[in-house]
Amino acid sequence: MSVFTLTVNGRRHTVDVDPATPLLYVLADDLNLHGPKFGCGLGQCGACTVLVNGEATRSCSVAVQSAAAGEIVTLEGLGSPQQPHPIQQAFISEQAMQCGYCISGVMLTAKALLDRNPNATDAEIQQALSTVLCRCGAHIRMLRAIDRYARGLREVPQP
Amino acid sequence: MSPRLTAEARAALRDAGLSRRDFVKRSGALVVAFSTARVASDLGLVQGVVSAQRLDGAGSGNLDAWIAIGADGRVTAYTGKCELGQGLYTAQTQLVAEELCVPVERVTLIQCDTALTPDQGTTSGAQSHPTNFNHANLALAAATAREALVSLAAGRLAVPADRLTAAEGQVRLADGSRQISYEELIGGRRFNLQVSRTAARKPAREWTVLGQPVPRLDIPAMATGTFEYVQNVRVPGMLHGRVVRPPALGATLVSVDESSVQGLPGLVQVVVRKNFVGVVAEKPWQAEQAARRLKTAWAAGTTLPDQATFYQHLRSQTATRDSLSVDSGDVDAALKSAARVVRATYLHPYQMHASIGTACAVADVQKDKATVWSATQAVYPLRNTMAMVLGLPPESVRIMFRMGPGCYGVNGADAVSYDAALMAQAVGRPVRVQLARQDEMAWENYGPAFAVDQRAGVDGAGTIIAWDHEGWSLSLGGRPGLNAPGNVVTGRLAGFEPAGVAPRSPAPPPSGAYANASNTVPSYVSGCIGGACGGTGTVRSERVLSHLVESPFFTGPLRSPARLQNTFAHECFLDEVAAAVRADPIEYRLRHVRDPRLREVLKRAAVQAGWDARPSPRPAIRPNGIARGRGAACVLYEGDNGYCALVAEVEVDQESGVVLVRRCVAAIDCGPVSNPDGLRNQVEGGLIHGMSRALREEVTWAGDRVTSIDWQTYRPWFVGEPVPVIDTIVINRPDGEVMGAGETSITVAAAAIGNAIFDATGARIRQLPFAPERVKAALDSRNR
Ligand code: FES
Ligand code: FES
Repeated sequence: MSVFTLTVNGRRHTVDVDPATPLLYVLADDLNLHGPKFGCGLGQCGACTVLVNGEATRSCSVAVQSAAAGEIVTLEGLGSPQQPHPIQQAFISEQAMQCGYCISGVMLTAKALLDRNPNATDAEIQQALSTVLCRCGAHIRMLRAIDRYARGLREVPQP
Repeated sequence: MSPRLTAEARAALRDAGLSRRDFVKRSGALVVAFSTARVASDLGLVQGVVSAQRLDGAGSGNLDAWIAIGADGRVTAYTGKCELGQGLYTAQTQLVAEELCVPVERVTLIQCDTALTPDQGTTSGAQSHPTNFNHANLALAAATAREALVSLAAGRLAVPADRLTAAEGQVRLADGSRQISYEELIGGRRFNLQVSRTAARKPAREWTVLGQPVPRLDIPAMATGTFEYVQNVRVPGMLHGRVVRPPALGATLVSVDESSVQGLPGLVQVVVRKNFVGVVAEKPWQAEQAARRLKTAWAAGTTLPDQATFYQHLRSQTATRDSLSVDSGDVDAALKSAARVVRATYLHPYQMHASIGTACAVADVQKDKATVWSATQAVYPLRNTMAMVLGLPPESVRIMFRMGPGCYGVNGADAVSYDAALMAQAVGRPVRVQLARQDEMAWENYGPAFAVDQRAGVDGAGTIIAWDHEGWSLSLGGRPGLNAPGNVVTGRLAGFEPAGVAPRSPAPPPSGAYANASNTVPSYVSGCIGGACGGTGTVRSERVLSHLVESPFFTGPLRSPARLQNTFAHECFLDEVAAAVRADPIEYRLRHVRDPRLREVLKRAAVQAGWDARPSPRPAIRPNGIARGRGAACVLYEGDNGYCALVAEVEVDQESGVVLVRRCVAAIDCGPVSNPDGLRNQVEGGLIHGMSRALREEVTWAGDRVTSIDWQTYRPWFVGEPVPVIDTIVINRPDGEVMGAGETSITVAAAAIGNAIFDATGARIRQLPFAPERVKAALDSRNR
């Protein structure tokens, strides 16, 4: 066991865990966050996605020790039901999910890409999502929600 | 506390962070009015007695079991039908708001909890069945409550009830001069009434909340990571379990070497029950490590039939259960007299639910009671089978539904509930179990494989005069129902037998009323039994024979169970016959369909798609490059539960065999639409799911084990991959009967895609999935 201090959604947390523990388990079980979810544990689906220093990262496949130094953001860190982040609002407006279990992967993968490059092409967005899974088949609405967010980014110049 | 409060009701209040008094004051006393015992007595059941009708969702005759109006005027509604990602939570909230004349925001829906909600059996079929939409019970309860409020108000205001209307949580005099609120009338008190079977539902034409595209109430929480899935349930003192499944199907446990994990950090206990093995640890990662390290010895499993020749194996079985859905008795003669007979065989693989999140449950099992948080579709049935697994009386078990990832049928939710409970019982503390991806995929209840032989005789004018269908499929286990925990893997490992197949051959002649619940009967025959014809088609000479054999794998309902497989075979075959007589596929369908609503969805889809009428395949196909084509399919789902027609347009890369679906036009008619956007979401999801299954999905195995065990070996359609443009035409029939919607579009997807591939390339592919190698091989043999 080792002690790590993690910065998650802007708050610092100290945990005492096996350094090899996947980041997902620390977030979901030690910190009781609901955003990142266990889907496969194999890096194949995206359900566990979080942002680490703005990069979409599959938290099931990184050990806590290698992610501890970064700024970690989960869905909860973006916004709340009352004040959703623009990308969350875009998914709500488009009703872009069914069970919603996959949403961390879809939303955060797209956000990481678009925040880096608001002019990302459809092909680039699809490429980024080509390893993100949604079993309910909400694909089309999700792409529409991402497009809505991207348009918003392009309209409002970022400071 | 009042003696009326059962332990469970107290626990429910505690869970909600309320004392009973708070609850009565704030939100309605009525939660205390019924408990498991109460519901059982409402149903006239002795507790613990198993009654099959409960699976149909008898609910409760007691109004207070469904509706409570709090002292604050808020409405709490209790439902035994639960949200599975299909929008049912929102639709039911709309329903209550509509019938009770309150805004949606004023309704709280409590779903699927054996301590709180009426027994409505199983929520299956993703909004696809009227009982799921709750129009006969929850709606009737709400209508009864509204009528009761109006008559209470009539007494209080001393005016005749027919001068009063309910609106906005009040009962008002028609001229608006006087009103009285629901809370003044009954807030915090019980109705003490039976649900009235004659309560007047609001006619659909007067709906203001139902029928509207009310945004899903749960999506904001899902989008912001605050929604509580069963995977997020945490209870004090909770441990984490992992299962250790056998290495192969049918393997039995010989020994467990506990010393192999001794001293591992956090390990609490190795749990063994017959062939069930699990490890419990303080933390999930520790449990995972221990499960990986634990040395177990197993006796050899069952050798599986070779996958390469599996369909021959399937149709050569002799221990079959045979059924005739229809048999006009003259099929052989009619085929003999036909100008031409077309025949073909269709093959559909095993496919899996493969939910995106692996199954998870939390169980707390004490000596004399158990509480289980589960994503099951069937809280009351699970209570029964859980009681069997744990050796407790059913009334000592409480099952609380918490949503999981989309399940699409009986995924691992019931099995993992047993996993958690077995481990919790062994350690005496609450245990959470979430399966490893491989453990779920290798052992879940697959949608079964099908082989279908079709023969059709046509007359000189090219019209079908006889249709002969013979199909083979498999079964083992299924939903645990009320008494068969062995129908899913954990129950079987723990020593319960799965339901098998009772051989019966030859099939008895068809009797009773015509039914087509599995869409075994094609849409084009008349479906006549004893002179009464319930089919949608015109072909009088008809025979539909099915053989069921025991499956080597667990099977269970997977979204559009059997209906999809049969419809694939029927709708592709109809297309083949049309091509054989050089008829346009839509025109040819219409020629043999008499049901006006099925005809209408077909026509509407064709018009919207800009269908150009001509036979398939399209003229002047070049053998190379990208080929484009369109195909159609239609169905009356389950013979009486939702109409859908689809036109799919595909592109086939003739070099690689890769098929892309570019456009889908779906027309759907499921009676009155409760939430048009929710319906569209279901149709779209069904089409993408159906496309994924048609183009990619297949369970694979080798030797004695399943080899499709992760997202590389069972590869669905990912979000970033090319998706079709989807155009959904909703035919709303406000005055019609509610029908299903959630499983209609998926039912026709594979057939329409297969027909479009044929139209584009001239290659008829009769086996799913339409994987590139299979398509390529079909194209190559076409070129030869
Ligand atoms: S759970 Fe991490 S990628 Fe699937
Ligand atoms: S919404 Fe259910 S998996 Fe994507």
